[in-house]
Parts: sequence; structure tokens; C-alpha cells
Amino acid sequence: MPECRWELLPHGADIGVRGVGRSKAEAFEQAAVALTAVITEPASVSPNECVEITCEATDDELLLVNWLNALIYEMATRRMLFARYEVRIDGNSLFANAWGEPIDENKHELGVEVKGATCTELKVARDQDGGWIAQCVVDV
Amino acid sequence: MAGGSRSVSLTFEENPVDIARLQRKSEEQWWIQPYGKMRVPAVIFATEALIRDMDEKVYEQATNVAMLPGIVKASYVMPDAHWGYGFPIGGVAAFDAKEGGVISAGGVGFDISCGVRTLLTGLTLDQVQAKKEPLADALFHQIPAGVGSRGKLSLNEKEMNAMLTGGAKWAVERGYGMREDLERVEEGGCMPGAHPHEVSDRAKKRQREEMGTLGSGNHYLEVQHVAKIVDRDIAAAFGVSQGNIVLSIHCGSRGLGHQIGTEFLTRMAAAASQYGIDLPDRELACAPINSPVGEAYLGAMRGAINCALANRQIITYLVREAFSEIFPHAVLPLLYDVSHNTCKVEEHAVDGKKMQLFVHRKGATRAFGPGHETVPELFREVGQPVLIGGTMGTASYILAGTNQGMDLAFGSACHGAGRSMSRHQALRQWRGAEVVQNLASHGVLIRSRSMRGVAEEAPGAYKDVSAVVEAADHAGLARTVARLEPVICIKG
Repeated sequence: MPECRWELLPHGADIGVRGVGRSKAEAFEQAAVALTAVITEPASVSPNECVEITCEATDDELLLVNWLNALIYEMATRRMLFARYEVRIDGNSLFANAWGEPIDENKHELGVEVKGATCTELKVARDQDGGWIAQCVVDV
Repeated sequence: MAGGSRSVSLTFEENPVDIARLQRKSEEQWWIQPYGKMRVPAVIFATEALIRDMDEKVYEQATNVAMLPGIVKASYVMPDAHWGYGFPIGGVAAFDAKEGGVISAGGVGFDISCGVRTLLTGLTLDQVQAKKEPLADALFHQIPAGVGSRGKLSLNEKEMNAMLTGGAKWAVERGYGMREDLERVEEGGCMPGAHPHEVSDRAKKRQREEMGTLGSGNHYLEVQHVAKIVDRDIAAAFGVSQGNIVLSIHCGSRGLGHQIGTEFLTRMAAAASQYGIDLPDRELACAPINSPVGEAYLGAMRGAINCALANRQIITYLVREAFSEIFPHAVLPLLYDVSHNTCKVEEHAVDGKKMQLFVHRKGATRAFGPGHETVPELFREVGQPVLIGGTMGTASYILAGTNQGMDLAFGSACHGAGRSMSRHQALRQWRGAEVVQNLASHGVLIRSRSMRGVAEEAPGAYKDVSAVVEAADHAGLARTVARLEPVICIKG
């Protein structure tokens, strides 16, 4: 079994986010950490406040897109950054807690804001090690 | 870059375009003849050097677009093209609704109606050099920029809907600018056919505090000097003279456009099969123009175009406020405002027949030639201004539309330099403070809240904008008028 991790993948103008985990839910959590890393260093964000997020979709891949888009929406409208995620997936529905804090430009070294998740390089699948991969390109 | 407990270096596969698969029709025109499910050819406008720099995915995406129902003539690729989602960035494609033509959220992009607006100042480089620091500070103070920044006005539901219907016209009516500004904006500053009720509550909520904000990433506000005039007559018609100062704003429809883009991308991904559209990849998500989803997207997307036009109009007002603090007598009339992420209904001659088409331009600027009825009378004799944004260390360009371009690619040209390096590669290569210092030694003053943002946007991370503009000019898509070089840059 692979350990959980996240990665950012170069993609010309935009960026790919990838989460790897022992379960699908863990891969989704890690993809969300990668999303934060596009904007700022995840370790600089304190998990002080919890926001509940739910979403659904017709399949796993669109569920990943909707999950990332739900986070982008919460970050934009609450002007928050998230550091830690807890995801539960039940069929086509996702239930999550995201912990973070308001954006503080003195504390967070800010890069670029994320506009939305796309269906490009979109993949939610088991990898060779028996773990899960969840990835897509996000528009910045 | 990797996190967690283990370091890995997996990437997407990156390969250059296989030039042997292209048929060279002229120095700057490369064709991919239809094969497989392609309905029309794909045509790339670029020099050999620019092609060699393009990713194989540009080829793949251009050919995928050529497979979509109702596409007319060809799937076009501009010289600054790079790999996007669905359509390449720098992609142009027109669809005929009568032939089952489609509309695609991925063919417009998430930052709907992102564009460039240039203001004339009547000031000279010497005048601005003497007040450079205070002017940079005043602009930086006035214009909200960067991740999480808030605008100075917040719209209630009624005003939000009025803005979505009225665009820059709405902004001028609320006191943000002058009536004369409107004739120098595409669509007279107000895109007809916007349907605020098709814009979701979430999109409206995301926009509530983002009116009059610049955004982040490649968005900027730049004070530029006219370094070189290439076409004297057209420059005179545009009111641009050597050594003068102009100001350019690059931004779009902010959170509202991004939310509409994301919502319709997934809605169309789910709907395409229901309409019997066989997609080579789900990232090409689209819907027939004449379908409930297609019509809903058109109504919402036009609202987002108005949002971008209003946003750039409000920023124009803030720019004028900032300038008046430093140069109390300066008047800043608008040169022009172009959008480079849109789908617009236009009439084009195809094989001698006039057709009404839905023209997608994603990372491509409209470049209508002389005599076209939608070009403001002011410029009708010379063609519309085409405003091309470069990087904060190199140059930007003003071009003009050509009649030849109307036939080549539905009156379209490039939109900018295009990245040549990913953001993370740039972060590894440069430190923001060093980029700022280096640019200062070249006479460019940077103001930004984010040094990480500056590093990600380092001039070296972009293609050579001059090569892109030269290719567009030589291909006949547009004619070079003037070269602008940065003096002050406010980065988001």
C-alpha cells in the first residue's frame, strides 16, 4: 500500500493537482492539499476553523471536480485557506470537513488564485500499488 | 514539487508537436488535413520555432475541436497557443447553429471575457519618470489586487442583475467613467442577450465583493511607454505617439465568470451524451447551441462578458483617481477594450456566402479589419485596435485588424506571450525579490503584495512576445502598430 501524498504537475499555463491515498477518500483529501499548495504553502495554514462541505456527482471523476470546485467556492467567498481535510465518500455523495483560517497576507505567502477545476487529465483510479489516484488540471 | 511523506517526480507527459505531421502551406501557416473523425482541417498560425515550442497536446486539442458538430471551415490555432482544457488556449472555432453546431464552456475558458484595456494619458515618459514612485504607490493603493482582495463596492441582488445586463454602460451610468468610453469598448460596452437569471446564486455570491478587483496570476495593470511606432498612419488614428505614456489593464470577469465556467463545464460534460454528441474526450464538454443547456450558457456567459466589461470600467475609474492625485490635469481617454475569452455571434463570409456563426475565441483576440461595421467609426478606416499583453519585463503590442485576417481565421489574432515554463519551475528558478530588483535595474517598477506571485510571473517564464506578434503580423492575422514597454507594473 502506498503512503498518502500529494503532487503538483506542471501544465503550461495551468497546474495539475494529484492526490494519492490508500482509499479513494484519502486520495481526494490529498488532492485538496495539492489545491491549497497552488495558492500557498499548506504548512503555513493553521487548521483553526472547520467548514462542512457536501457534494455529489454521477461518477467518481466528476465527484473529484465537484469536490475541488466546492473548495474553491468556499475559499473565494469566505476568503479562507484550508490546511486539513477529512473526506467520506458514500456512493455518489461526498461529505467533508475542511479546516483552515482566513487569508492573512502577512502570514501566507500567496501565489495565484484558482479559478476552477477542469476535466483535463481527470482521473480517479486505482494505481499499481493498490492505492488510489485522484487528479485533474485546475485553471489559474 | 511534492509533499507528504515521499518525494516523487511524476509529471504529465510533455512532448513537442511532431512537425512531420503538419503540412506547411506558407511560412506561418501549417495544416492538419482531416482524418478520423475530424470534420474540418486544423490550421496553426506560427513560425517553425514557435511550433517546435508547442506541446503535442496543442495538436491533439486542435484536432479534437475539429471533430465537434457544426464546426465551420477549420479549427484555428494562434501563434501563442498552448495546451488548455478542451480547446487549446489560442484556439478559434466557429459553429453553425443550423448544422447542429455546439457551444462549449471549455472553448471560452473560465475567465470569461478576460481582456486588455488601454488608456491614453497624454503624458510623456519624462513627466512620468519624475513621479514614478508616487504614481506606482497611488495605483497600488487604489486598485485591489491579489488573492483574496476585496473590491470597494458590494452589489445587492438588484444591482448585480443590472450590472450583468448593462456591463460597462451600467458602470458609466453609476459614475464610473465617461460616456465617451463606451464607444471604445467592443459591443459598445454592453453585451446584448445576457440573462441574469441563468447566472447561479453561487456565481453572484462569489462576485459580490470582487467588483473592481484585478485578480492574480497573469493579471496586471501596467504603465507603459510607446517605445516604437511601426505603422505611423494607424498609430495616428489610434492616438498613439512615440515616447508617450499609456496604461493597460489585463483582467476579466473575476469570481462570477470562474463560477459560471466551472458550473457549465460539468453540466455540459453530463449533457453531451444525452444530445448524442460523441466526444473524443470529456474535457471537450459542449452542448448544441439550440438546446436548453446551450441557451442557458449563452445567457449566463453574456452576463459574465458584461461583468468583465464593468470590472475593467470600474478599474479605469480607480486608475483615473490615482492619476489625478499625481497629475491633476491629466485626462485619460480610452484607446480601446478587447476581450480574449468569448463566444460571440458574428456574420462571416464563407465560400462567398454570408453566415451567422458562433465564434469561440479562447486566448485569442478579435481582430476585425477596416470597414467592418462593428468596428467603431473612429477606427473603421484602419481596423480595430488589437491589444496584446506581454510580460512585466519585456513588451506589449498594439496591432490592428486586417481584411486578410477576416478570411484567415474569422478576424482573430493572438492574445499574449503564452507561458513557456510552469509556475513551479519558475518558483524553483527565481525569487520574487530578485525579479523585482532586476526589473528595477532595467527601469521597471513592480508593486505586488505577493513575492511568490512575482516569481511565478517572472518574464523568463514566458515565450518571446515579439516572436508571437511577428508571426501574427507575417501570417496576415493583424498588423503591428506600436511596441509598448513597461514603466510601472502592479501585479495581482
